[in-house]
Amino acid sequence: MKRTIVTRPAMSRARRVVWTRWGITLLLVLLLEAACRLGFVPKLAVLPPSEVIAAMVALLSTQEVLTNVAETFSTVAIAFTASVLTGFVLGVALHGAPRLRRAIDPLLASYYAVPIFVFYPLLVALLGLGALPLMAIGYLAAVPAMLIATLLGLDRVPPVLRRVARMHRLGRVSTAVLVILPAALPNLFQGIKLSLAYAFIGVIAGEFILSSGGLGYAIAFAYDSFDNRTMYGLMLFVLLSAVISNGLLSSWESRLQRRRGLQ
Amino acid sequence: MTDATAAHAVLHGVTRVYPGANPVHALGPIDLSITRGSFFSVVGPSGCGKSTLLDVLAGLSPPSAGRITFEGQPVNGTVPDGVGVVFQEDSSFPWLTVRDNVAFGLRRIGTDPAEIARRVDHAIGFMGLTDFAAAYPAQLSGGMRQRVCIARTLVLRPRLILLDEPFGALDQQTRLLMGDELLRLWRETDATVLLITHALDEAAMLSDRVGVMSARPGRFIDLLDTGWPRDRDSRIVSDPGFGAITARLWSSLRTESMKAIGARA
Amino acid sequence: MIRRREGLLDGALIVLVILIVWQGLYAYAGAVALTPPWQTVRYAIGLFGTPSFWGHLRGTLAAFGWSLLISAVLGIALGLWLGAFRFAGDVAEPMLTSLYTIPKVTLYPVILLLFGLGPSAKIAFGVIHGMIPVVLFTLGAVKTIRPVLLRTARAMRLSPMQTARHVLVPAVLPEIASGLRVGFSLCLLGVLIGEMFASQRGIGFLIINGINSHNVRLTTAVTLIVILFAVGANSALLMLDRRLHHSR
Ligand SMILES: Nc1ncnc2c1ncn2[C@@H]1O[C@H](COP(=O)(O)OP(=O)(O)OP(=O)(O)O)[C@@H](O)[C@H]1O
Ligand SMILES: [Mg+2]
Repeated sequence: MKRTIVTRPAMSRARRVVWTRWGITLLLVLLLEAACRLGFVPKLAVLPPSEVIAAMVALLSTQEVLTNVAETFSTVAIAFTASVLTGFVLGVALHGAPRLRRAIDPLLASYYAVPIFVFYPLLVALLGLGALPLMAIGYLAAVPAMLIATLLGLDRVPPVLRRVARMHRLGRVSTAVLVILPAALPNLFQGIKLSLAYAFIGVIAGEFILSSGGLGYAIAFAYDSFDNRTMYGLMLFVLLSAVISNGLLSSWESRLQRRRGLQ
Repeated sequence: MTDATAAHAVLHGVTRVYPGANPVHALGPIDLSITRGSFFSVVGPSGCGKSTLLDVLAGLSPPSAGRITFEGQPVNGTVPDGVGVVFQEDSSFPWLTVRDNVAFGLRRIGTDPAEIARRVDHAIGFMGLTDFAAAYPAQLSGGMRQRVCIARTLVLRPRLILLDEPFGALDQQTRLLMGDELLRLWRETDATVLLITHALDEAAMLSDRVGVMSARPGRFIDLLDTGWPRDRDSRIVSDPGFGAITARLWSSLRTESMKAIGARA
Repeated sequence: MIRRREGLLDGALIVLVILIVWQGLYAYAGAVALTPPWQTVRYAIGLFGTPSFWGHLRGTLAAFGWSLLISAVLGIALGLWLGAFRFAGDVAEPMLTSLYTIPKVTLYPVILLLFGLGPSAKIAFGVIHGMIPVVLFTLGAVKTIRPVLLRTARAMRLSPMQTARHVLVPAVLPEIASGLRVGFSLCLLGVLIGEMFASQRGIGFLIINGINSHNVRLTTAVTLIVILFAVGANSALLMLDRRLHHSR
């Protein structure tokens, strides 16, 4: 009884925030549409959103584009999965080796200051042409995010919870599974989300600038051949994919948080 | 060991120094014997080493020197079976409901599910959390969370219960009532209780014996037997002896507390 | 003291390991992939003696400087504004996070179409990358100021200016500094990507040009310069960042 009274106004505010967000998005799209139709923006440079959506739908029914989508998505999926696993394992290991961690810390802190795809030529020389070097770029872009999140999560496990585990005389494995992992879960989730985003960014950027296949390349190619319909259609698809996959992970995450009575 | 007045836990020359660049001598040397089935309280100025004493006694951290025995067995590095601890900080698991928090320990030792349900329900009721059994700690107040932690430990029926300022987050009235509940529990289970508190009246009201600690490094500067009957409750505060005990505790503590504050300023 | 000496030793060891791996990669992949450490360093130093390299460097640094300045000013202003209006902040935050996680590189053609092929496109692209973290960090800092601090300021009867000067700024500054550090890295990333994709000038152009003309010596040396600059600047900012966070 009490709870409904407490959460009612909070819910309606949260709902208002969400509706406002959608409203603003819709408004921006409509404004852009109007600006294009009324000629405020050069028709050559920017397509009206309605045409972009139509172009995207049309493109997604062509075999060629579907092949590109499959190629890019599988590359991202592999890079993402591998990076989450590696990042987690490395994070756990590094957490247990404080001296090594102190030594590596400056490198980790500066990692994202270096544009990773400067290593593309090296990766091609090592791994050959094709999907492998792109996968490697996505992987390299995503591993440290997961690693850092794992370290942070383990750091933030309240020491008193470890002592509770010892009071219950839990072994190493039970302590890890029943206490440490659940306590670190919010940070781990953050790492997984970032890893997905960075793997996607890495792969698309690699394709865009350097490779000769996949969605990123198709966009760059369309730009070079002044094919704005294809370019905008694919662009919308890529952006939507990123936003939707991120949104799915976020909603999963907030379900988890709600389960802990947060939010 | 069957002797009712036998020592339940004994500390011999126990000290604890936190190692590091500037080692902190936090505790001791301490010589102490806690009688089986007694209610023992520890008061002392902030930062004097009370929590450290509890850690060492529970086997959560090793003493730098000295020996500890619990039920005749040496304590070293692991928490002995039969010891339950309630920590000073909130230690509820935020990912478990109140019920699952309280059931945590029983599930680990493989108690029969029906028995778990029965004991958990009882412990939750005992702590006044029945309406919140399905809630998560984030939905509770600080004092309620602390009660979850107390229930989680008590449900295991420890023979030695170590409580580190368990009522710190509670208001004075609830504190008195919780004290009564604790006394009742203590009488019913024949457990030995070591209670760390900063409230002198609480120590005076609940305990058979109160130990007063000095400023860091903490040593016992006074041990006071209250002489209360075993069958007592918070109404004792109107007993003329109560004021005398509180007064004596304060006179022992006053200079030490000033030292602790002066050292910080 | 001991900790410090240990740290230096460990740092030296890490550098040594990197050099060994580098040399090992060279031995494995050969001169088509990269040049060995010593040769790279010599070539990189040589680059600084050529006027054309200075031209490229200046082009990149100018674009980078402008984009960082714009990101900082706009980012902090927007972050403060969104932070002050709770509702606006709550509406905007997930949108900004989404912007942060999309592959912005795909937007570059639009930027080119809008800004043309000159340096302004590079700058705009740097701003798109660098501004978002500045906004997010600033917004977070304002949102998490403990309300009791502001109530304390009121209780002490501080004027709005005094409140800003003695309470608000010190409370949010460390977080804003962290945001600027991340923004710094991302501005550089944005500018370099811009140069790699469509430009005739700048460090990014040099790299992509080296890749396309199989000039491995040039690519490796410029890559090394970029990495050293990024890591060096970032470490300096990180030290500043940590000091601010500690002095809180
Ligand atoms: N892990 C640690 N490392 C170094 N020093 C510590 C550590 N834990 C506690 N200390 C120091 O040991 C001393 C005693 O700490 P302890 O927590 O036992 O005090 P306390 O009596 O429980 O204080 P309070 O009443 O505030 O809870 C303090 O001076 C504290 O600074
Ligand atoms: Mg304590």
